[in-house]
Amino acid sequence: MTADLYGASPLAARADALARHSAPEGVQGVRIAEVPFTAQVALRVDPRGGAAERIGTALGAALPGRPGQVARTDRVLVLGLGPDEWLVVGSEGTAPELQDTLTAALDGAHGAVVDVSAHRTIVRVSGPKARDLLNTGCALDLHPRVFGADQCAQTLLARAAVILLCRETDPADFWVFVRASYARYLADWLIDATEFDG
Amino acid sequence: MMLIPCPWCGPRNEVEFHYGGQADVACPRDPDAVSDAEWARFLFFRANPMGAFTERWMHRAGCRRWFTVRRDTVTHEIRPVGAEQERAVTV
Repeated sequence: MTADLYGASPLAARADALARHSAPEGVQGVRIAEVPFTAQVALRVDPRGGAAERIGTALGAALPGRPGQVARTDRVLVLGLGPDEWLVVGSEGTAPELQDTLTAALDGAHGAVVDVSAHRTIVRVSGPKARDLLNTGCALDLHPRVFGADQCAQTLLARAAVILLCRETDPADFWVFVRASYARYLADWLIDATEFDG
Repeated sequence: MMLIPCPWCGPRNEVEFHYGGQADVACPRDPDAVSDAEWARFLFFRANPMGAFTERWMHRAGCRRWFTVRRDTVTHEIRPVGAEQERAVTV
């Protein structure tokens, strides 16, 4: 007899608690929810080589030239993580296809394409108070003038290593990429922070 | 608390970084050819200036790249060695 295979996202057990502590209405609103099972592919390649150009063409958007910049297409988000490192984010189930596209475009050049979908989950923090909530545990200036739409940063949030992605500024909409094993800690911290914030 | 300028991510909080000590410490080309005293000098002896010091840092919580800055050990004033130069040697 074999056990039935099942998949549960890292924050499945916190979904109810996050919903309970979300108050989307009004100017005091902040909404916290998991964005589970996104496809995430790590990419390393020399940004000055032909392979980077081929990958840009294959994705439909040039790779962001600087860490912190984000390129957006209909299908994917490309987050610049380092001088020669990117994270390609797609919708659920597209990881194998993304990996094939990137590997084909890399075409044997020196680089790496790795499916890291299981590495991190995403916590979406949105609403007028989202910025204040994140800033209770993060020293970065998240004001739209400094950290606007389509910008990302790797930093610490409540001492956990995260990637912050600003999707929209008004109302604020952030994606917090957090390692699966830190996700419940971070969710609990966020819940606690909403109460602290009043 | 220091604000350290990462050549890739910009100025960030000191807690995001890992300290790497004195920069430009050259490893002997042929470790077998040097005396024990010379090897010990390479391994353990570092400058300890009062004033400008060229040192290595790694942006542990960010881009995870090593880079060099010049820090004044008295005032903690930090001058990047040069972002452009850093980009040239890293990528």
